[in-house]
Amino acid sequence: MSEIVSLAEAIAASVHDGDTIAMEGFTHLIPHAAGHEVIRQRKRELTLVRMTPDIVYDQLIGAGCARKLVFSWAGNPGVGSLHRFRDAVEHSWPGPLELEEHSHAGMANRYQAGASGLPFAILRGYRGTSLAALTSGIAEITCPFTGEVLTAVSALRPDVAIIHAQQADRHGNVQYWGITGVQKEAVLASARSVVTVEEIVEVLEPQPGAVVLPSWSVGYVALAPGGAHPSYALGYSARDNDFYLAWDEISRDRQRFTAWLDEHVYGCANGSSADAQRTVPC
Amino acid sequence: MLTYTQDEMMTVTAARSLRDRMTCFVGIGLPSAAANLARATHAPNLVLIYESGTIGAKPAELPLSIGDGILAETADAVVSVPEIFNYWLQPGRIDVGFLGAAQLDRYGNINTTAIGDSYAQPSVRLPGAGGAPEIAAACKEVIVVLRQSRRTFAERVDFVTSVGFGDGSRSRARLGLTGGGPRLVITDLGVLRPDPETSELVLTGIFPGVSVDLVRERTGWELGVSAELAEIHPPSEVELGALRALMASKPVASQPAASESSASRPGSEDAISSTPTPGGAKRLER
Repeated sequence: MSEIVSLAEAIAASVHDGDTIAMEGFTHLIPHAAGHEVIRQRKRELTLVRMTPDIVYDQLIGAGCARKLVFSWAGNPGVGSLHRFRDAVEHSWPGPLELEEHSHAGMANRYQAGASGLPFAILRGYRGTSLAALTSGIAEITCPFTGEVLTAVSALRPDVAIIHAQQADRHGNVQYWGITGVQKEAVLASARSVVTVEEIVEVLEPQPGAVVLPSWSVGYVALAPGGAHPSYALGYSARDNDFYLAWDEISRDRQRFTAWLDEHVYGCANGSSADAQRTVPC
Repeated sequence: MLTYTQDEMMTVTAARSLRDRMTCFVGIGLPSAAANLARATHAPNLVLIYESGTIGAKPAELPLSIGDGILAETADAVVSVPEIFNYWLQPGRIDVGFLGAAQLDRYGNINTTAIGDSYAQPSVRLPGAGGAPEIAAACKEVIVVLRQSRRTFAERVDFVTSVGFGDGSRSRARLGLTGGGPRLVITDLGVLRPDPETSELVLTGIFPGVSVDLVRERTGWELGVSAELAEIHPPSEVELGALRALMASKPVASQPAASESSASRPGSEDAISSTPTPGGAKRLER
């Protein structure tokens, strides 16, 4: 059964220095509040896994939490570059960042293999690209039935998955809907999990296209209304496109970024229950 | 006299290349604007598919990201990310994929990963692959959009993120790529198509006021020119009106944007060169 705790308690209990962490949410339901809590707790040497490392991973990288990034597309969606990510790759600031990069299809299949308890997944992908040579996690495999040469990708098995959902009930069952991304696979592929939610309700009312994670498949549930901001939670909030545009400027300069981090992450209450009640992350 | 920008010329050209009832894998930026323009004009039944898993999205306004709420709310179906790639893209169900590029070579291979001789120490780190490698592999056809310069139109790309025609006409079959590969490349100067024999990109269309010499000057290989080179019609009043109405609905970026994921706006080369590229602000007249 999942435990309903504060966000600070959930992160402290689940995330350790050196862990492999997958925070997922495909544009929608990105767990920003949880990412900020990881930064506040000054976790270090993390291997960060995410298909689309965007603003929250830019912040984690710039804050010095990451040793390695496993990903398929690193940018500020619709806006441009991730400046902290680029600074780490191009100038090793605040430290070097090891890269393991894939395509979206490859990452999605790697999560599926992890969730399925398989060592690898098969797809038609990567053939003829320069990506295959960069990592040992991509290999050719011959179909035993047809002889066709396909691509195998190694399973992802993170230590912790962190996601944001619209709702949990009092038993810790979780429900999210809208663009559902790869969160279910990430949670089921990982040894531990943390789910932040907009709301804890008495009863989960079925929603079209919703994913339900039964309580016993989830580690911790923490209330974090507005916890996806500047991403969004369908039915609760809208994507704050202005912030994505503003991030381009904030993140461009190391000092400005550091000042932003001080004010908006380190300067906030450290995950107390009052902090978790806020509707817009400070 | 109608005035229009280069971005508008590119977007209108891209929109014209889409036919009604096609299924189209759309990226954000120019591809999304073009696909929505086509849907608003000559292709009302175009099926827009975004890699966030939204199938048949019908946004009334242009989204900033591939996962804006309006896409999910207006879609025929919303599926998970593994499903969109495995069940919908991989088997070849999607007619056309729209890709951006930071660099493109004579065989239509695409780089959106890193610029420079060394992957480990790139001169510019780009966003990476996103969905592009499998879109390029599996869609029945691919349209590529990017601005043209000697740096973006390279003899060889620094990194093959997505395969066009590999190293020539038989590469796709040899690699087991099931889709047809690039059908059309749209730049700020005109359009290129693969030669049916060699698969090398040749100039087949040119925008009003652009000379072949200028296109050659901005190409990093010895460019072939089609015997049937045609001048492309400038945007019509209807096309421009519909496009401007769409663009007015979109959040405005303060900086030239690099690419969003696989299919992206063709601005990424802004990141690799401080040389001014012909910008959207320059106005052309007819």
